[in-house]
Amino acid sequence: MSKKVVVLAEAREGALRNVSFEAISAAKKISDGGEVVAALFGQDVSGLANSLFEYGADRVVLVEHPHLNFYTADGYSQALLAVVEQEKPEAIVLGHTALGKDLSPKVASRLQTGLISDVTSIEGEGDDAKFIRPIYSGKAFEKVEAASEPLFVTVRPNNIEPLEVEAGKTGTVDTLSVDITNLRTVVENVIRKATDGVDLSEAKVIVSGGRGVKSEEGFAPLKELANLLGGAVGASRGACDAEYCDYSLQIGQTGKVVTPDLYIAVGISGAIQHLAGMSNSKIIVAINKDPEANIFKVADYGIVGDLFEVMPLLIEEVKALKASV
Amino acid sequence: MNIYVLVKRTFDTEEKIVISGGAIQEDGAEFIINPYDEYAIEEAIKVRDSEGGTVTVITVGNDESEKQLRTALAMGADQAVLINAEDAEDLDQFSVATILAAHLKEQDVDLIFAGNVAIDGGSGQIGPRLAELLDINYVTTITGFELNGRDVKIVRDVEGDSEEITTSLPLLVTAQQGLNEPRYPSLPGIMKAKKKPLEELELDDLDLDEDDVEPKIKTVEVFLAPEKQAGRVLEGEIRDQARELISLLRSEAKVI
Repeated sequence: MSKKVVVLAEAREGALRNVSFEAISAAKKISDGGEVVAALFGQDVSGLANSLFEYGADRVVLVEHPHLNFYTADGYSQALLAVVEQEKPEAIVLGHTALGKDLSPKVASRLQTGLISDVTSIEGEGDDAKFIRPIYSGKAFEKVEAASEPLFVTVRPNNIEPLEVEAGKTGTVDTLSVDITNLRTVVENVIRKATDGVDLSEAKVIVSGGRGVKSEEGFAPLKELANLLGGAVGASRGACDAEYCDYSLQIGQTGKVVTPDLYIAVGISGAIQHLAGMSNSKIIVAINKDPEANIFKVADYGIVGDLFEVMPLLIEEVKALKASV
Repeated sequence: MNIYVLVKRTFDTEEKIVISGGAIQEDGAEFIINPYDEYAIEEAIKVRDSEGGTVTVITVGNDESEKQLRTALAMGADQAVLINAEDAEDLDQFSVATILAAHLKEQDVDLIFAGNVAIDGGSGQIGPRLAELLDINYVTTITGFELNGRDVKIVRDVEGDSEEITTSLPLLVTAQQGLNEPRYPSLPGIMKAKKKPLEELELDDLDLDEDDVEPKIKTVEVFLAPEKQAGRVLEGEIRDQARELISLLRSEAKVI
């Protein structure tokens, strides 16, 4: 049976996040030919509707309110519940982002339904859809199905392919007016410290450093390589504990679980807790002076050598490659 | 100040996962307090020490969970509640939140701390679901907490950025790494913990029957990640290896 699916689109600094297009792709699969409705919240955000259509949304429901400019669980849950009330979807899909993780359990609880969170792939379509999600930080996976309605899913960034863009595709934008009241939290200030706007969970390339990097300054060549490749910098727990970098960069069983296209592990020995956070990356490169390091067991390509010698050479090679294309 | 901390017993992070008969094998595995819950316990103790009051650690688990609760008591929590749900099968996040809410609705609650995610199931749902059921406010993934009377100042980690938030009690917050440095239980702490009150409840005691906590999602299969094959370790001069690596990433792996 085809399903109507609502997707909450998520913008960051004025642009839609990739994960929103991935969520539309997941919604299409779940809808099995039904309508995919993208909900878009904020202020003066109607200009973002076009790309939602181009990536596969059939219709957009726009909720504009000054209180939706910043995310709060109270504000966004009121808006999302109003959309659900109006659209009566059979399924809801959000990105498993900071926003999605914070908002979805509250809304699922209100709707008295289950929530299948952090989905990395979907098997089957429509009523037969089953959802694969990592457990034990990626050491294992579980296949889950819904036993309540509506079906509610969050999808992990960077795992589900967006649909092919249909340039110029448009659709109807419905405006829904929602009275947003009684916000119990106030966001006073946001301090940006993520590296150059590339978020770890969405980065296609991650250059990650461990204890072997030896100091905060030691991370400079990693940052340079990450910037050249349009990626982000990560770290092992060892590097964070040694205060070479902030805990927000930590990848592993405590910390972030990432699945980029390319993960370059620099001076990381590869403790089981770290491997849990990154071993499902598509391609893994290990650079370590210890040929026995565990990280080589999961690496597609390895260089045994001193990272302080290897990193400048890699940067040089990438620069040369970029100059040649 | 009545402070509650939600605690979960989880596999030690050192453990390898073994699946047999379609289920994850627990025999012989080491169990710990979910690492994020340790930050929650530590923060709760700190708040109590400055504001006064009681820290109660609470878990939904089985007989084995007493060990993790005793550890939390040894760290400095005052009392513990173990809701034994051994007889109910396959609880999901809805079920656990419903069970916790059934107990906490009857209590006087000012502040609830929890870990932002458990390292086993990884759903991160229990905190926000519970707050919603109790109709109190919540803030997730916090790295800073400051209480001033009933007013609360929070720093929240949002994918590496920090949000400065103001709100007020009653409140549920979930702890992110970096919030504090959890203490180890001291020897006198461990001795004292043995005598601290630990209340054990069953679903019957909460006026819940199995239908009330029937899961809303079902796991149909559990499987291991495909074993990653070790790849190629490059050879030759370091300069040549660097060149070869970039070339392989470009033309063979097609990732740059």
